[in-house]
Amino acid sequence: MSSTNGYLDMDLLRFTTAGSVDDGKSTLIGRLLYDSRSIFDDQLEAVEKASSKRGSGEVDLSLLTDGLRAEREQGITIDVAYRYFATPRRKFIIADTPGHIQYTRNMVTGASTANLAIILVDARKGIQEQTNRHAFIASLLGIPHIVFCINKMDLVDYDEKVFKDIQHQLEDFSSKLDVRDLNFIPISALKGDNVVIRSNRMDWYQGSTLMYMLENIHISGDRNHIDRRLPVQHVIRPMTDEWHDFRGFAGQINAGIFRTGDPVQVLPSGFQSTIKSIHMGEHEVNEAFAPQSVTVTLQDEIDISRGDMIVGPNNLPNSSQDVDVMLCWLNERPLQPNGKYVVKHTTRDARCMVKEVAYKMDINTLRKFPDDNKAIGMNDIGRVHLRTTVPLHFDPYSRNRSTGSLILVDEATNETVAAGMIV
Amino acid sequence: MHSYRLTHLKELESESIHILREVASQFDNPTLLFSGGKDSILCFHLARKAFYPAKVPFPLLHVDTGHNFPEAIDFRDALVKEHGATLLVGSVQKSIDEGKVQEETGYYASRNKLQTHTLLEAIETHKIDCAIGGARRDEEKARAKERVFSHRDEFGQWDPKNQRPELWNLYNGRKRPGEHFRAFPISNWTEMDVWQYILLEKIPIPSIYFSHEREVFERDGVIYANSSFMRLKPDEKPYMKRVRFRTVGDMSCTGAVDSPASTLEEIIEEVASTRTTERGSRMDDKRSEAAMEDRKKEGYF
Repeated sequence: MSSTNGYLDMDLLRFTTAGSVDDGKSTLIGRLLYDSRSIFDDQLEAVEKASSKRGSGEVDLSLLTDGLRAEREQGITIDVAYRYFATPRRKFIIADTPGHIQYTRNMVTGASTANLAIILVDARKGIQEQTNRHAFIASLLGIPHIVFCINKMDLVDYDEKVFKDIQHQLEDFSSKLDVRDLNFIPISALKGDNVVIRSNRMDWYQGSTLMYMLENIHISGDRNHIDRRLPVQHVIRPMTDEWHDFRGFAGQINAGIFRTGDPVQVLPSGFQSTIKSIHMGEHEVNEAFAPQSVTVTLQDEIDISRGDMIVGPNNLPNSSQDVDVMLCWLNERPLQPNGKYVVKHTTRDARCMVKEVAYKMDINTLRKFPDDNKAIGMNDIGRVHLRTTVPLHFDPYSRNRSTGSLILVDEATNETVAAGMIV
Repeated sequence: MHSYRLTHLKELESESIHILREVASQFDNPTLLFSGGKDSILCFHLARKAFYPAKVPFPLLHVDTGHNFPEAIDFRDALVKEHGATLLVGSVQKSIDEGKVQEETGYYASRNKLQTHTLLEAIETHKIDCAIGGARRDEEKARAKERVFSHRDEFGQWDPKNQRPELWNLYNGRKRPGEHFRAFPISNWTEMDVWQYILLEKIPIPSIYFSHEREVFERDGVIYANSSFMRLKPDEKPYMKRVRFRTVGDMSCTGAVDSPASTLEEIIEEVASTRTTERGSRMDDKRSEAAMEDRKKEGYF
């Protein structure tokens, strides 16, 4: 009866996996899915059929995630793939990102919503350039928890010293990063050591298995419940007899806790009012918190429209037309200095001009490139100053991943060309 | 002390409502694709929550193959009446009658593929700029890579290798005239999530999801409902059996499962212990490894 009774206690963990095929990433994901009984017989059958058609002796679990024809034909992963599994404690969403092609673009996309990042390190090879890159991107995207899985321990005789050396190097490197919670687990994805089942070949390791960590890591504290931020998405006016005067402001709470009777301020107008009611569907509630989608009504009649933000009056976000961002470039057409783009931030659309590229990052060394190298192209990351046509109401990304993030859209192609984290 | 923690179902609900409100705000003329199946019923339920106490601000569009389960059509009509929704219907039969598409022949004839034409025509006729669908990423591996806001060119085609990156909860619905979008608010739900939420919210669903007695026949190991739309091979003999359906599609391609599950709780138990995917009983997906991707590129949902 567990599945009908237990579901009310489950929560949701989104994680991203980084590492190349050689690191055993597909094997690890396959192991998690398989050992949690999330691969169905017909899926496994299809993968077995495809593996034997290709002549590979072993069942290739990457075929489970490589969904597009071009990916199977070329044996590569092109795009972020989302996978799902659940245990009685949690539902998991994996954003599985390819390690080699367009790594930054895809990893940034997968990382943007993740609570946790798994970074795979091959125990035989130790830290590679891409390990640093993955760790840096995870930290830049504000992922609160990083788990380094030192994989292929079976190929180094389950040697504690190999694991400890890599751990110390990673700790040194990570001290330069802004990550709250670092974890290290010695595993063998192939043999199953410390993935779901505790290894009996590494008695020296006292920590938890990867699955235990995924199931138990504390995530509700990662939300910002202090700064009250409700970007208005949609104004609800039923204009029926029953709801004649109803004007509700609908949106997803980005941060903080809203209660009826709370004083609030509306940006950009600056008008103040009090929360009259909070609606979630047909139900009225006394309080709501991030990331709930709600509809609120206010005591006073104030002109409010999409793109405005309802906030706590004693704790305002920054409001400015000048915004400094760490920008990840996602498009083949490079950033145009002084170029104009559409900026999408919370529910607000504006236009902006790139006023200055302060510097470009070398994401392998975490150093700034010299001043004569500031051209920002596909997969590059740099610090950029934007000037927007209307003020944005924002918090630093490190404080709030929702009010601190934005995307740029090319007006000519309508493509999303960049992701920005407000400094 | 109060715990500010959401269950996975409430977090998924909140995300889906956010997406539906983005669609209503970013597009002039969206519509909700409605088949009478549980996923489109879920989308409608979430849309009612998203805009309450106002009515759902977009019409429903049913792409009707003409090969429907009568129970699903009755359910659709009752739902439309109860909630005062607007229903648009695109008829595959009409497309056939007008000679725009050719009916498949043979024992495996299905109107599944023909739906694409009728859907694209309805999108053009009604000037729809965003079609909301109840597809989920766990259903099929080509869908695992689909964006929540999925861009379609002026021919209605999907270019899987050139999708817009989608970050945080920022959705880019900008397009040129003639292009349109598909939006998938329940992308991150699994089959189990849908059933648990239906139970939690007591959402009505058509009776064919529950175990019932029906005339069926077997073909290639799959149980099909016998109907006037199916042409039986000489050795295929219809018989009565207790079955239920895990998905509600066109009668000619939706297989039944041998199941005694007659309550939501029993269905959830069955889903939890079952070893094949929902679409495992869909003939339309079995045609080739990339069957879904190929149909999606042409404009299928």
